[in-house]
Amino acid sequence: MAEEIRLMKGNEAIGEAAIRAGCRAYFGYPITPQNELTAYMARHMIAKGRTFIQAESEVAAINMVYGAAATGARAMTSSSSPGISLKQEGISYLCGADLPAVVVNVARSGPGLGGISPSQGDYFQSTRGGGHGDYYTIVLAPKSVQEAADLTYEAFSLSEKYRVPVLVLADGLIGQMMEGVVLPEPIDPATLPRKPYAVGHAQEMGRDYNHVSSINLVPDELEAKNRERFQRYEVIKKELCRYEEIEVEDADIVFVAYGTSARVSHGALMMARERGLKVGLFRPITLWPFPYARIAELAAQGKRFLSVEMSMGQMVEDVRLAVNGKSEVYFYGRCGGNIPSQEEVFAEVARLLGK
Amino acid sequence: MTEKTFMAGFGGQGIISLGQLWVYCAIKEGKQVTFFPFYGAEKRGGIARASVIVSDDEITSPLVTSADSVVVMNQDSVEIAEKLCKEGGVILVNSSLVKQDPARPDARIIHVPCNDIAIQLGDVRIANMVMMGALSKVTGAVKLDKLEAILKTFFPASKHNLIALNIAAVEGGKNAV
Amino acid sequence: MELAYGHPKSLKSIQTKYCPGCGHGVIHRLIAEVIDEMGLQTKSIITNPVGCSIWADLYFDFDSVQPAHGRTPAAATGVKRMLPDHLVICYQGDGDLAAIGTAEIIHAANRGEKFTVIFVNNAIYGMTGGQMAPTTLIGQHATTAPEGRDPINAGMGYPIRVSEMLATLEGTRYLARGAVNNPVNVRKTKQYIRKAFEAQMRGEGFTMVEILSQCPTNWQMKPLESVSWLEQNMITFYQLGEIKNTLSDAPASQAPKA
Repeated sequence: MAEEIRLMKGNEAIGEAAIRAGCRAYFGYPITPQNELTAYMARHMIAKGRTFIQAESEVAAINMVYGAAATGARAMTSSSSPGISLKQEGISYLCGADLPAVVVNVARSGPGLGGISPSQGDYFQSTRGGGHGDYYTIVLAPKSVQEAADLTYEAFSLSEKYRVPVLVLADGLIGQMMEGVVLPEPIDPATLPRKPYAVGHAQEMGRDYNHVSSINLVPDELEAKNRERFQRYEVIKKELCRYEEIEVEDADIVFVAYGTSARVSHGALMMARERGLKVGLFRPITLWPFPYARIAELAAQGKRFLSVEMSMGQMVEDVRLAVNGKSEVYFYGRCGGNIPSQEEVFAEVARLLGK
Repeated sequence: MTEKTFMAGFGGQGIISLGQLWVYCAIKEGKQVTFFPFYGAEKRGGIARASVIVSDDEITSPLVTSADSVVVMNQDSVEIAEKLCKEGGVILVNSSLVKQDPARPDARIIHVPCNDIAIQLGDVRIANMVMMGALSKVTGAVKLDKLEAILKTFFPASKHNLIALNIAAVEGGKNAV
Repeated sequence: MELAYGHPKSLKSIQTKYCPGCGHGVIHRLIAEVIDEMGLQTKSIITNPVGCSIWADLYFDFDSVQPAHGRTPAAATGVKRMLPDHLVICYQGDGDLAAIGTAEIIHAANRGEKFTVIFVNNAIYGMTGGQMAPTTLIGQHATTAPEGRDPINAGMGYPIRVSEMLATLEGTRYLARGAVNNPVNVRKTKQYIRKAFEAQMRGEGFTMVEILSQCPTNWQMKPLESVSWLEQNMITFYQLGEIKNTLSDAPASQAPKA
């Protein structure tokens, strides 16, 4: 049965999508601008007989996720930038123990306490592991309330498929704004299969005892474990790279932007096209794995790139890696909680095109 | 059709409810919408502002930086209206509280005595609904012609007794412009 | 013929890495014996701390989860909430529980999480090599308290009586302190563990057994000396017995007032 369009705040749509994905446990801690998500989970998880805990800290919350994930349950936490920093310890352990989990970052501006307005300053932290040790997490970057719901829903199955945590990287605008959303079909968590790696139900599963752990003091063994994980990363890179292209084909300059800044860049693109300027938009949906190959192809066609970010320039480094000197890469960014206007982004691209 | 509206007033004037109901009705009329409130750290008072877009097509930037229409509910918001209204745009002014018009000779400035109409109808708190009626009539972006059925799904059952009053306020706003 | 003594099924019959005279081995055995007696081997899950007993998963023959240092009660919360019909044992040392994990233990206890904490208090950091713990006694030597713990001049703080502190929280139902310095205390400690596990399986609130234990290596003593040191110094400060018992089967004098 097709669901009707509902008007929802991004934060609430993320919560509802997680519930519909069969999330059995949510652990949170208050921080602006994601508080509606935690409140939504409190209202709906408890009512459904699932687990909701307002933890004593972000550190505790991510470790509750670790425990719940170790039993094979779909588990989730959410926060905003400073809180995500605190969760990095736990995310590293989740990766070390090969546990699936979903972490939502409704990012705000930093560093430090910074501000509560939208920002994309967590790109490095999100796409380079973020905590200690050799690892990556899948990073999904929604541009709308609809995509925030869809990607959160899918994050659970992706996380289980590859046994890596999935980070949904939104920002304060995606979290706070309301848009129409059609929600995905609910999954009853009771219908999800038990996991062979998980603890609990040892007898029913007819298995040896499981030990969920990230420790290994034997260098050769730990290296082998890490190499196995990196082989999985190669599979993820092949299977999961996602992006959207808008009017890239004939473009002289292509915006590279994700999430909110991609929406703004799309507006600037339309302004440019109205004036006959050949501008396109390349929007990475997966920030890790990053779509290097496609950008390299476009660079080989001689296209130039303008990375538009709500940061001092982070993703632009990946764009440069992809372009590898074959073309020009420019950067335009605002930070501190400022969202660039489409007019200023248009002005920048017009300047670069000499118009 | 794309109508980008910037709404501004002070906390407690129902700016957020106005924006939310505007886009809710737009969705019911088959439009694409975005509503982005400016959120702050304080819970009370201060400024209340929202970027509100309804469109027949996919909406690009959710930020209204060059508004087709601006709603100005109090005097302090006149300045931002002057800044954000596009060339030749519309500024709807709550003339009950705004005594000095925005200095934008290019713009079409429309006076709506929202508070006065609301008080006549019996409740100053529906001044925002008066403004919504005026916005609908002036822009045509959201028709608000099936309001009763829509309000029944927007308000919880406990507030259904307020629907008639809200509809009266919207009609009052439409008739005032 | 009745079997009077044997190796518990829930403990693998391998040699541990623990030092001679260390209490962990005895404590592991007590846990395994109680699990066997209750028939819970296939329904038990232990969350191991960071510290010497991080290797507990090598010895216990049932499921285990190994979280970050001090986060053991948070992880145990996640495990137990998902598997409420399982026996979840949150095994912690004094560094894990009383220093880095203070927030986690207090709030797990306060929420009345329905798992059992086994808190091994040997008044020192073992695995990292004898640093001062929150439970290190005044005057006791440690690598980070070379002249002995000095709360006043060196600002090293005072030893924390964790069980007494947690007893003030409404969520805690059973808190007992035992020791593994002699057979009598070992037997009493086993009774405490049994009570706590039974209460957990009945779904009552937070239960914890603190166990005073020897660390001869880091105390720089022979095993026998460490036993007498524990008796003369630790037991006099950390008094043994049931510190709080508001379980449904508690003796009337200790039951909560109606």
